[in-house]
Amino acid sequence: MSTHTLSVLVENKPGVLAHVAGLFSRRAFNISSLAVGPTEDPKVSRMTIVVDGASTPVEQVAKQLDKLVRVLKVVELDDHAAVERELALIKVRIDPALRGELLEVATVFHTKVVDMSPETVILEATSSPGKLDSLLENLERYGTCELVRTGRIAMSRGSGTITDNDLAPLAEAV
Amino acid sequence: MLDLAPQKKEQPVQLTGAQALVRSLEQQGVEVVFGLPGGAILPAYDPLRSSSLRHVLVRHEQGAGHAAEGYAWATGRTGVCLVTSGPGATNLVTALADAYMDSVPMVAITGQVSTAMIGTDAFQEADITGITLPVTKHNELVTSAERLPAAIAEAFHIASTGRPGPVLVDVPKDILQATMTWGPGTWPPAMNLPGYRLPAAPDQAAVRAAATLLRQARRPVLYVGGGVIKAGAHAELLALAELAQAPVTTTLMARGAFPDPHPLALGMPGMHGCYTAVAALQEADLVVALGARFDDRVTGNLATFAPHAKIVHADIDPAEIGKNRVPDVPIPGDVRATLAGLTESMAALIAENGPPDTGYWLRCIGDWKRRFPLRYTQDADGPLKPQHVVERLSALTGGEAVVVAGVGQHQMHAAQHYSFTTPRSWINSGGLGTMGFAVPAAMGAQVGRPGELVVAIDGDGCFQMTAQELATCAIEHLPIKVLIFNNGFLGMVRQWQELFYEERYSEVELGTAIPDYVKLAEAYGCHGLRCDRADDVDAVLDKALATTDVPTVVDFRVHDREGVFPMVPAGRPNDEIVLGPEFTGDEQRAATRRELRGEPTKNTEVLAR
Repeated sequence: MSTHTLSVLVENKPGVLAHVAGLFSRRAFNISSLAVGPTEDPKVSRMTIVVDGASTPVEQVAKQLDKLVRVLKVVELDDHAAVERELALIKVRIDPALRGELLEVATVFHTKVVDMSPETVILEATSSPGKLDSLLENLERYGTCELVRTGRIAMSRGSGTITDNDLAPLAEAV
Repeated sequence: MLDLAPQKKEQPVQLTGAQALVRSLEQQGVEVVFGLPGGAILPAYDPLRSSSLRHVLVRHEQGAGHAAEGYAWATGRTGVCLVTSGPGATNLVTALADAYMDSVPMVAITGQVSTAMIGTDAFQEADITGITLPVTKHNELVTSAERLPAAIAEAFHIASTGRPGPVLVDVPKDILQATMTWGPGTWPPAMNLPGYRLPAAPDQAAVRAAATLLRQARRPVLYVGGGVIKAGAHAELLALAELAQAPVTTTLMARGAFPDPHPLALGMPGMHGCYTAVAALQEADLVVALGARFDDRVTGNLATFAPHAKIVHADIDPAEIGKNRVPDVPIPGDVRATLAGLTESMAALIAENGPPDTGYWLRCIGDWKRRFPLRYTQDADGPLKPQHVVERLSALTGGEAVVVAGVGQHQMHAAQHYSFTTPRSWINSGGLGTMGFAVPAAMGAQVGRPGELVVAIDGDGCFQMTAQELATCAIEHLPIKVLIFNNGFLGMVRQWQELFYEERYSEVELGTAIPDYVKLAEAYGCHGLRCDRADDVDAVLDKALATTDVPTVVDFRVHDREGVFPMVPAGRPNDEIVLGPEFTGDEQRAATRRELRGEPTKNTEVLAR
């Protein structure tokens, strides 16, 4: 699946998330994930939106987002020039005999064990989306019984920041 | 120059939120508000009594919304409506959606239950900011009385600039009752809209590139949308068209942007467009889209629309550019500036290289206009044809009335057969297709243009959806004329059932007799007339147009079998345009072939002569 990652700066005001979510629904845009949180500026929140490029024209998404009054800036991140991370908590129901094997897999994927009960283990994984998918594949045979993922967050590599002018908003470059 | 007049320093005063709201509207320059009071908005109606604002008390909130739209269409100013919470606000939703689709500048102020009650399912509570989110350009729930002046100023700024649209401001009752300090610095308030940017000036290089294409084009068409009227760019359009010798088609939203009697006018494009406009777009080698959005009712099947044409697309909304058709030259920005720039560049190119070579193209177009005009037959003793009424209205008013339409056959007949000469003389529901738009929109237009002739052309189906605003018109001395094209059917739906459902008519017959429109008009304090003969049309219209003390309603009993043609069936290629029953099979075949494909042929040269 070809995905595009949009970083969206928005005013930190009530109702902004509803405006953004409403736009996706109204325009029938498909999104894979949406993560939102505060930034270095308390007046500004940042959303990272992963768009399914096959079904949704990303340029149109960016332009429509940019029209929302509370949206400050829309930038598409090039996935080769950006750090992309996702956090997942994975509860695995495991036969005590196989627990050692599971912990080996966990180590290989740099995951942490954050909870343990006689029947289950909770793993915490922070990684790029691709690595996370491959971890989940590996865990499948043990029987993942609960999974929660944060959705992708991303930041461009190098010294530039999203508020620099050299990262021109996508919607301005028609 | 120094202002030597003594500065009268305004002392800070304590105002209620309601007073601040009304004062903000006054400061904003609002002259009229269409509204209907109720519980949550009650505090605002108290200071309204002593304000400079004219309030038009409607009979249904939807009427307030459409009236605000009609006012905005007719004047270019932002329409304002004021309603209460819950059902008052939800009754506005259709009008907001309509204004959003047609980019009509409008500010809706809704009362809301008190802040502490929000979320408790209180009496007359509705989450109107949530409900209207997808049909407003912006909306806001005001959370303090101090915020009101800025919220109002921002709402008007957003509604009226860039691509215009409706903005809703939701004000809880306790905010209207709270107090705030109105000081010398309160108005104009500082607007805090860091994410709202006005469009940049059109890119000069893109404008030059477009002018170069236009100078070289052999078969250009200027495809003009409602944006040209909103930008006030009709004079610039006329200048460019004449300089480039390029024909002009005006969409349903742009009727009046270019004078219909002009030799370069093609009429309306699209599903019920003139043959010549549809054919010209299909054969064009260059389409210059100006404030238009490649709507499906214009393009038909998108993949086969204007297949030979390069596209220049100028629009104030960057998101429209490339949304449906990817242009060769995109020009985001104000279309008036773009048109002025295009004319300037064209003049320079013509001085250098001579005028564009469109003579052959204009001869072809003249040939199409002559052979495939809008055609209908009005027999002297036969049933009255709606087209005849429109043409007589057009002739008797010299094309200078403000014409308002609802949605359906009557709307298409009006758009096709009225000869528009000036912008803002045509008002209708284009994008949303809202039946019931005409009467309240005509009311708003008459408020905005007192003393002018405002004529609503309406269907009998449409009319019955919002007819109650006749009471408002009569009481407010708004002498609109309502011409009901009464065919006893939901005519356009009937036409589709005739053409696409093998004449299986399902739930489309309304009957012509109930209600008795003449009696209904009289009951509402209006003048009521009836006409069912072609010979009487002029006399009846004369009588209606001469009545200026009360609104007039005319029940035109028109032929119930009359369809709207030409027609491109929905979703089909424009090449499949059907001329209709007034044309012979030979004529239809000639029209379909167009006898012009790609480069001019000898055959078409001969035809064009």
